[in-house]
Amino acid sequence: MSKISQVFKKAKKTGKKVLIPYIMAGDPTLENTKRFVKEIEEAGADIIELGVPFTDPLADGPTIQRAGERALAQGVTLRKVLALVEEVRQHVQIPLILMTYYNPVFKYGIEAFAKEAVRAGVDGVIIPDLIPDEADDFIAYARQDKLDTIFLLAPTSTEDRIKKVAKASTGFIYYVSITGITGARLLVDDAMKNTLTLIQTITQNPIAVGFGVSSPEDAATVASLADGVIVGSAIVRLISENRDIKNFVSSIREAI
Amino acid sequence: MNKNPKKLPDSKGHFNGYGGRFVPETLMPALIELEKAYKQYRRDKNFLEELSILQKTYIGRPTPLYFARRLTEHAGGAKIYLKREDLCHTGAHKINNAIAQSLLAKKMGKTRLIAETGAGQHGVAAATGAALTGLECEIYMGSEDMQRQSLNVFRMRLLGAKVTEVPVGSRTLKDAINESLRDWTTNVRNTHYVLGTVFGPHPYPVMVRDFQSTIGKETRQQILKAEGRLPDCLIACVGGGSNSIGLFYEFLTHPIRMIGVEAGGHGIGTGEHAARFAGGSLGVFQGCKSYLLQDDDGNVLGTHSVSAGLDYASVGPEHCYMRDLKRIEYTYATDEEALQAFELLSKIEGIIPALESAHAVAEAVKVAPTMPRDSIIIINLSGRGDKDVQEVARIKGINL
Repeated sequence: MSKISQVFKKAKKTGKKVLIPYIMAGDPTLENTKRFVKEIEEAGADIIELGVPFTDPLADGPTIQRAGERALAQGVTLRKVLALVEEVRQHVQIPLILMTYYNPVFKYGIEAFAKEAVRAGVDGVIIPDLIPDEADDFIAYARQDKLDTIFLLAPTSTEDRIKKVAKASTGFIYYVSITGITGARLLVDDAMKNTLTLIQTITQNPIAVGFGVSSPEDAATVASLADGVIVGSAIVRLISENRDIKNFVSSIREAI
Repeated sequence: MNKNPKKLPDSKGHFNGYGGRFVPETLMPALIELEKAYKQYRRDKNFLEELSILQKTYIGRPTPLYFARRLTEHAGGAKIYLKREDLCHTGAHKINNAIAQSLLAKKMGKTRLIAETGAGQHGVAAATGAALTGLECEIYMGSEDMQRQSLNVFRMRLLGAKVTEVPVGSRTLKDAINESLRDWTTNVRNTHYVLGTVFGPHPYPVMVRDFQSTIGKETRQQILKAEGRLPDCLIACVGGGSNSIGLFYEFLTHPIRMIGVEAGGHGIGTGEHAARFAGGSLGVFQGCKSYLLQDDDGNVLGTHSVSAGLDYASVGPEHCYMRDLKRIEYTYATDEEALQAFELLSKIEGIIPALESAHAVAEAVKVAPTMPRDSIIIINLSGRGDKDVQEVARIKGINL
């Protein structure tokens, strides 16, 4: 069982929800990211999601777009993020996930990427512009190296798509709470509840909900509907304002 | 030819490894819905009849095939014909696709259209389609392009569209596409994305090609009437690649030389260009796998061309396939060559071409002298140059 699966299993046993904070690697510098990762772990997060900057982040709202631009301006690349993971792995125990667009992985070479990612200590990968239909090779290499492949579902997802995504996903499924981009306003409505229920009848995979979760209250609401919560833009915004993130992550930990 | 070039794509939109669907999962149901609707309506008599009437009475089709006598004499070789897409309503071939997609969106029950635009031609065409069908319309345009093409911005607003500035990234076409995809992801339930070229996720490359292939179908009839035979060579500029594939597609199974002309910008060596085949490598960008101008880490490089419509980092996936089959040749013209052709055609034929189309004219002037005098070249004159007059004056240092 993968480290990520173990985290969800353990949480389920103890009746807890999995907290997954997101930060952009290299925003504002890679040195800062090392410190943030440590702080987030200390604040009680279960898994950390590290963003890889990309020139054309079409699933991201303005907050994460700008964080990516700052990281790119520092010369941060997928290669450097892997080196960073290798370094923080020395003193961080919880699973680390990379969230990257597909082209940097494709350019790196998917076989080499899966190998290098696992060697560095990455536990799973989220690629928002890669759907299972296009991911046969990527999934094969990831399985070979025991790298979890986390695919996404959305409020628009049909039964057909849910089955496909459930089959391709290991670790957990990332449920995008809204039709929209990261950092948009959360809307917990019947459509969301119905889709989540439908997903839960189709698959045993744990589900973490992300996009638009910006406060402890939001986190508590979505946590009641799923197995885990992903918080991204709200933390990235605090970083951009040079404010403390540890207390914020702690407050979300307490809320769920 | 040992392979039928029209056999692909497969059901997933793959052209032998190119194309496909690389989009957020949120959009997948919408793409599947669009694919189904397109498959249904492209065989629907009423839809085709309605489109055909609009092509005739609204767009102004068929556009003329014009024998450019003075350009032929100047080049000193093959006879040069111009397919006059510049005479389409709104000034370029873009309207062929925009009207068809607007009509399709209306049939699908969508209430809102969005589109990206670089030079502004596709934005104007989409805004026109929205006005014609009575749909709400929002156009995304990079801040830099808005500055370069301020006249088209005003035209879109006159047509009732909301024009939204995209001030992030390189502030050009690719950023406008990112923003359109973000909007579509957000408003996918009531919105149709009128993608302007043979790019993006399946079914766009196929659908846009089919809507543009009317150019080639007309050309074939017209040249048979004028010359009693098919041409020897077809030339068109390639940004995303919709006007070129629109002309070429009808002729793919005939032994006719076809040349696609990319934007050479300041020259390939300078790195300031948009020649994806000359300077790019395989990548995944904005919905499909294709040739891409990117760095070693997979980040997308800035591009340069004097023509905003060719200033794009990637190219339609079917073009990659045609290149592999050696069915279409790809070359490039530099800014300087395009500007010379722009002035040449204006002076010698009384036709001011779009800077995009001027790239094709530049290539024709190079190729024609190498061919016998009884041979035939057809250039797709994809758009008119009114929109570029100001920019050309600026480049020449003339204050208007």
